[in-house]
Amino acid sequence: MSDAATEIKVPVVPAELERVPLVQNNRSFGWISDRVSAITEGKAPKWWWWSFIPSVCLLGLLGAMLFYQITTGVGVWGNHHPTMWGWDIINFVWWIGIGHAGTLISAILFLMRQRWRTAVNRAAEAMTIFAVMCAGIYPGVHVGRVWFDWWLFPIPTYQGLWPQFRSPLMWDVFAVSTYFTVSVLFWYVGLIPDLATMRDRAKTKIKQFVYGFFALGWTGSNRHWSNYEKAYLILAGLSTPLVLSVHSIVSLDFAVSQLPGWHTTIFPPYFVAGAVFSGFGMVLTLLIPLRSMCHLEDIITMRHIDVMCKVTLATGCIVSYAYVMEFIIAWYSGSAMEKFHFMNRALGPMWWGWVMMMGCNMIVPQLFWFKKVRSNLVIVFIMSIFINIGMWFERFVIVVVGLYREFLPSNWGYFKPTWVDICTYLGTFGLFFTCFLLFMRFLPMIAISEVKGVTPEADPHHPSAGGHGNGGKH
Amino acid sequence: MSANAKPYGLIAEFENTSSVLHAAESVKDAGFRKWDVFTPFPIHGMDKAMGIKNSKVGWFSFLGGAIGYASGMLMIWWMNAVDYQIMIGGKPMFSPHGAFPPSYELTILFGAFGAIGGMMFLNRLPKLHHPLLKHKRFALATHDKFFVVIETADPKYSESETRKLLEAAGSKRIEMVEE
Repeated sequence: MSDAATEIKVPVVPAELERVPLVQNNRSFGWISDRVSAITEGKAPKWWWWSFIPSVCLLGLLGAMLFYQITTGVGVWGNHHPTMWGWDIINFVWWIGIGHAGTLISAILFLMRQRWRTAVNRAAEAMTIFAVMCAGIYPGVHVGRVWFDWWLFPIPTYQGLWPQFRSPLMWDVFAVSTYFTVSVLFWYVGLIPDLATMRDRAKTKIKQFVYGFFALGWTGSNRHWSNYEKAYLILAGLSTPLVLSVHSIVSLDFAVSQLPGWHTTIFPPYFVAGAVFSGFGMVLTLLIPLRSMCHLEDIITMRHIDVMCKVTLATGCIVSYAYVMEFIIAWYSGSAMEKFHFMNRALGPMWWGWVMMMGCNMIVPQLFWFKKVRSNLVIVFIMSIFINIGMWFERFVIVVVGLYREFLPSNWGYFKPTWVDICTYLGTFGLFFTCFLLFMRFLPMIAISEVKGVTPEADPHHPSAGGHGNGGKH
Repeated sequence: MSANAKPYGLIAEFENTSSVLHAAESVKDAGFRKWDVFTPFPIHGMDKAMGIKNSKVGWFSFLGGAIGYASGMLMIWWMNAVDYQIMIGGKPMFSPHGAFPPSYELTILFGAFGAIGGMMFLNRLPKLHHPLLKHKRFALATHDKFFVVIETADPKYSESETRKLLEAAGSKRIEMVEE
């Protein structure tokens, strides 16, 4: 080999291909810890109290509604024959769908080496956990006699009877409880190094003890990092099939039945895409105000908003495809009941539900094709609200419109929610926002150690880290 | 500094990822065994520089997943086909297809327990006490500084030689940590 061959030349990247850095303004490691921890240190800002107090009031409303429902009976809701599933199941599916973006960002984007995820994964995972908590309330109280909820789990009872595992509702119990447990664990494992940062910054004894307790004695040892990174990778690998299976199993609650509009094989992928779509909608709704309130513009940059809009657009297109394909399947099936159901969906007395769904989920996201729209935060925020509304109506169309006009016309009915339905739903927002506001006040909202790891100085071969090479580009 | 304090090791501070990586290489080449690098985030290439082998966490996770799947299948078979049979819609008492979704979820659940339990076990966490956590500068290991620590318990350790090695590696701040 000649001497010339030993020197490896790294070609210089042309300016137009140079990507926007993930952390802007060349912020240092210390700046990242200080900026993120500042949200939890010092006095709570006014806007935090202005959001927290109404949230706690709504949480109280949830408690009152659940108390009223449990002590009186399921009849206080609008669920009546033939729509035996109403807002309870709509809201269950809606909340659990929102949860999916958190796991998608934390697990699937991690496996795909999408390094931009580090800025948003912590908040999105917290959103997942709180959304699954809101979702979990509904099936728990919808059974009517909450004191028998434990029958859902394989616990020996005095009758010697076991759960019936041939029912998809049992599969759902396992899917949702596993999803909640693994999401919490994944979130907590990601938090350990940051809890150590909080412990080392803490000024008061109580803070030092509490953060220190949960940091488990983390030192940042590289021998620990080695096992930690492997465990994190495995958790991401396990969460990926988990997140895909959870909403698939939720969709089987419907698809395994014999009902027109429900009995279809397109449901699992369609539900998963819809879940990711609605979840990204909610991530945008939460993070756009938070990034300016908490002064995180250098960490959650316009590039982050841009890529999230693109994911929303992609999943919105998948969902739109499913909406159209359902009609084609109904027509092609030759089943009179299927055909009637879909005509009724678009032209029946509840046509407005279908119009809301199509308008918000199919037409609104198409605006994300335009760079101008994606870089206008006000428009993106308003669109994200429309997506949340549209996805609620999608579940309304599936649950209520699927039930109110089934096979026998003598069996037809109509659905109207009661004030208890509406107040319970508003109450779940109280639970969600109370938890989220407490989270951002007491825990690092951004994964500090991960964001440090994606800065140019973190790469030992980058000139700014004292290295000699050209350095890694992201 | 109390008189009867036992020395734990030498702690050397580094300013950036590149210098700590090269320092780790030279400590490894000198043949030390009881030493470690402490960083605010995992540094790419550090495992190789320190000579750490691939983590064994995967085996714990695999074991957990296998136990989860087997226990799910066995549980459902025993409950629905052996202990209390109920005929539902003419379906078989046990079918691996119907039992698959809950068993699949249990595979993931126990696999996750295995991964986290394995990580905690291999790292000996939770740990209530560590001599380094008492050291003032060490709080920066979770902030923006990088540290190499060589323990006095290492057979190759000698106060002056080890200090020279760390100085040669480019550390401007080397201190003794007590037990």
